[in-house]
Amino acid sequence: MSNLLPTGQPRIEEMQMLGIVKRFPGVLANDHVDFDVKAGEIHALLGENGAGKSTLMRQLYGLYRPDEGKILINGVEHVFRSPQDAINAGIGMIHQHFMLVPSLTVVENVALGLKSSRGPLLDLERVEKRILTLAEQYRLKIDPHAYVWQLAVGEQQRVEILKALYRGAALLILDEPTAVLTPQEVDDLFLTFRQMVTDGHALIFISHKLHEVLDISHRVTVLRDGATVGTRPTAGATKAELAQMMVGRPVILQYDRPAPKLGKSRLKVNDIYVAGDRGSDALRGVSLEVHAGEILGLAGVSGNGQRELAEALAGLRPIRQGSVVLNGRDVTHDSPLAHIDAGQSYIPEERMREGAIKDFSVADNFILEDHGKRPYSRATFFDFKAIAEQTRKAVEAYSVKTPSLDTPLKNLSGGNIQKLILARELSRQPSVLIAAQPTRGVDIGASEYIHQRLLQQRQAGTATLLISEDLDEILALSDRIAVIYEGKIVGVVNANEASVEQLGLMMAGVAETHA
Amino acid sequence: MGDLFTLPVLLGILYSGIRLATPYLYAAIGETFVQNSGIFNLGVEGIMLMGAYVGFFVGMTTGSLWLGLLGAALVGLLMGLLMAVVSVTFKAEQGISGIGLHLFGMGLSSLLFKKTLGGVESISGFQPIKIPLLGDIPLLGDVLFNHNLLVYVAFLLVPIAAFVLYKTTFGLKVRSVGQNPQAADSLGINVAQIRYTTVCIGGTLAGIAGASLSIALINLFQENMTNGMGFIAVALVYFGSWRPGGVLVGALIFSFVNALQLWIQVKGINLPSDLAVMMPYVLTILALAFAVRRARQPAALSKPFERGEN
Repeated sequence: MSNLLPTGQPRIEEMQMLGIVKRFPGVLANDHVDFDVKAGEIHALLGENGAGKSTLMRQLYGLYRPDEGKILINGVEHVFRSPQDAINAGIGMIHQHFMLVPSLTVVENVALGLKSSRGPLLDLERVEKRILTLAEQYRLKIDPHAYVWQLAVGEQQRVEILKALYRGAALLILDEPTAVLTPQEVDDLFLTFRQMVTDGHALIFISHKLHEVLDISHRVTVLRDGATVGTRPTAGATKAELAQMMVGRPVILQYDRPAPKLGKSRLKVNDIYVAGDRGSDALRGVSLEVHAGEILGLAGVSGNGQRELAEALAGLRPIRQGSVVLNGRDVTHDSPLAHIDAGQSYIPEERMREGAIKDFSVADNFILEDHGKRPYSRATFFDFKAIAEQTRKAVEAYSVKTPSLDTPLKNLSGGNIQKLILARELSRQPSVLIAAQPTRGVDIGASEYIHQRLLQQRQAGTATLLISEDLDEILALSDRIAVIYEGKIVGVVNANEASVEQLGLMMAGVAETHA
Repeated sequence: MGDLFTLPVLLGILYSGIRLATPYLYAAIGETFVQNSGIFNLGVEGIMLMGAYVGFFVGMTTGSLWLGLLGAALVGLLMGLLMAVVSVTFKAEQGISGIGLHLFGMGLSSLLFKKTLGGVESISGFQPIKIPLLGDIPLLGDVLFNHNLLVYVAFLLVPIAAFVLYKTTFGLKVRSVGQNPQAADSLGINVAQIRYTTVCIGGTLAGIAGASLSIALINLFQENMTNGMGFIAVALVYFGSWRPGGVLVGALIFSFVNALQLWIQVKGINLPSDLAVMMPYVLTILALAFAVRRARQPAALSKPFERGEN
C-alpha cells in the first residue's frame, strides 16, 4: 500500500490526542481526554451538547490551545497555534456552521487563503481545474462558478469537503455533518466518506445521532461532562447502550403513544403567503389544519420556510395573503398578544433571542408573558409573593435545575432554559401549541422530558404543531406529518404509515405520489 | 438660468467637477478597502483635516510639496493605525471610535494651525500638467487632460483598487474577512492583520485626500476646511455598493452637483446661496435612500471579530 493519498498527500497513519485538558472560566471543558484515529478508519465522537466534543476538536484544528496534554501525528508531537498549523499538518475540519463566504463563488471560496502560483495575483483557472478533478474523484458534484449563496445546503457542504481535500487534508474532522441534510443527502455523503476511508483518509465523525454513528463508524468514543466514558468498536454496540453511555442512565428511545382522541379543529391555516427576510415569499400557499388532541409534525430541511411559518402563526410576521383561524377566530392580522389571549402558546426556535431574556431572573422570565395579569400583578403592581410561589411550583413541576428563582437565566443550561420556557407556555393550559425546534441544542435527558410533556399535553387535548428539523423527533411524536419544501407543503402523511425514505424524498421536494 | 447653459460655463462645470472629485476619490476608495474588510471608519474627516494641515505645513516650511504629501500620507497612516488598534485589537464600538477619531483630528489640526500658522496663508500647490496630444483635443482637452498630478492619480486609483480587490489574493482575503471572518480564520487567514492593513490603507489615502485640498486644489489651510467631505466619502462607499466603480460614479455625481452649485453662485443667479450649498447634501441623502443595495454590504461590517463564536 502506498503511503500517499490519491490527492498526492502523505497519509496520517495515526493521530493521537493524549491527556487533553482544556479549561474555560468556571468550566472544565476537557478533562484528561484521550482520543485517536487511524488511516482508513472512521472514529465517531459521541456526546451530548456541552460534553466537550467541539472543544476537543477545536484543539486538534488549532482554534484553541490545550492547557495540558499533547497531540501526536504519526508518533511526532505537534503544537498547533492556529488553523494554518493544523492545515499544514494535513488536518481539515468541516464545521457544523459552514465556514463559507456567501458572496464569493465556489472557486473563490476554495482559493481563499491558498498560495497562488501567480504570486499576489489570483490563479482561479488552476484552482478550478483541480476542484473538478477532486470533485470527480470523490463524487462531489459542484459548479465551480456558482456563488455560494445560490447553493443548497448539501452542495455547500460539498464545497466544504472540497476545500479540505484541496488543502491536502489526510485527516478530516466532521462536526455534525448531517445536521442539515435530508436522509438521501446523508446517504450520498456517507458514500463519499466511505470512498475517502478506502483511499486511506482518517475521519473523525462528531454526532449525537446514534443510528448514524452505528451506520458509518468503525469505532466510537463517548464523552460526558468533558471526560471520556469509553471507546469501543461500533460492531456489536447498540443504540440503548450508547445512549446510556452519553447520558449516564438508561434512556427511553421510543415512547408509548395511545391512539389520538381527535377533537375539533383548533388551528386552520388557509393558503398563506408570507415574505421572508430577503423580501421574496418564504411561504407560498401553505395550508394546514391541527385538531385538538393531535400532534401535527412539520418536517423539512432547514430554511424551507419553517421559521417564517412559526413566526407568522405567532403573529410576529405579517401574512400577505390567506388566513389563519385560531379556535374559530380569524387571527390573520392580529398581534402576538391577541394570539396568546386566544389560547395559543408558542415555543420559539431561538430560545435565547425570542423565548427568553438572558439577563432576567428565572422568575422574571417565567412571568414574561402574563406579567400584567393576576395573580402576578394587581392594579399594575407586582405581587412578588404570588410570582415566587407560582414560579417555584413551575420550577418543581418541570424539574428545572436552578440555584434560585433570582438566578439570571443565562447561568442555566440550555436544557433547563428550555424546560422553563416549556413550563411558562404549558402552565397556561393552551388549546393550541406551536413548538418550533423544541429540543434543538438540548441534551438527551431534557429532550426526553420535553417529549413526554408534549405527549401529556396531547392527551390533555392540546392541538400541537411540532416544527422540527429532526426527523427522529417528528417520527417519535407526531400523529400526522406534513412536509415543507421551498415554502410549500409537499404532502401530509399519517405517521404510522410514513417511512424515512418517503419523508426524505418529500423533504427533497419530490411530491408524494398517493393521495 | 439661461447664462448657466453656455458652452464655456458647461465646460467650466465639467472642469471643476473633475477637480472636486479628487479628495472624495482618495478618501472613499480608501474607505472602500476598510469597509470591505468589515471595519467602519467614521473618522475619515478627522484624518483628512490632519492630512490637510500636515501637507500644507510641511510643504510650506520645507518648500517641498512632495515632502508635504509624504507627511500627510504618514499622519494618515498613523491615524489609521490608531483606529485599527482601537477597533481591531480592543474591539471598541466602531461608530463611536470613528467619531472620536474625527473630533481628535479636527481639534488637533485647529490647535496646530493656531500655534504654528495663526492665520490663513496660501501656498503654490501642485501645478497642472498638460498631457501631450490628449491635452490638445479641442474643448475637452483642457477640461480632461490639464490637471495636476494628484487629480490624475485619484482617477487612476479606481481601476487599481478594483484590480486589487477582485484579482489578487489580498483582495479575496479582504472581502472574505468582511463577509465571514470566522470562515477566513478557519482557513488560516489572519483576520486582524488584514483589517490592520486595510484600515492603514484607508488612513493613508484619507491623509492624501486632505493634502489634495491644501496643496493641490485650494492651496491653503484653514480650520475645518474639509467641511463634511470625509463623512460624504463614507456615504459614497455605501452609495457605490462597496465597489470602486460605484464609488467613482457617486463621487462624480456629487462633485458635479457641487461644481454646479459653485457656478450658480459665481453667476449670481437668483437662487438663495444656502439652498445651492445644500444641493449636494440633499442629493447624498436621496441617493443613499434609494441606491443602497444591502445585499452587497459586507456582512461583518462594524462587527469586531471574536474567534470561536458561532
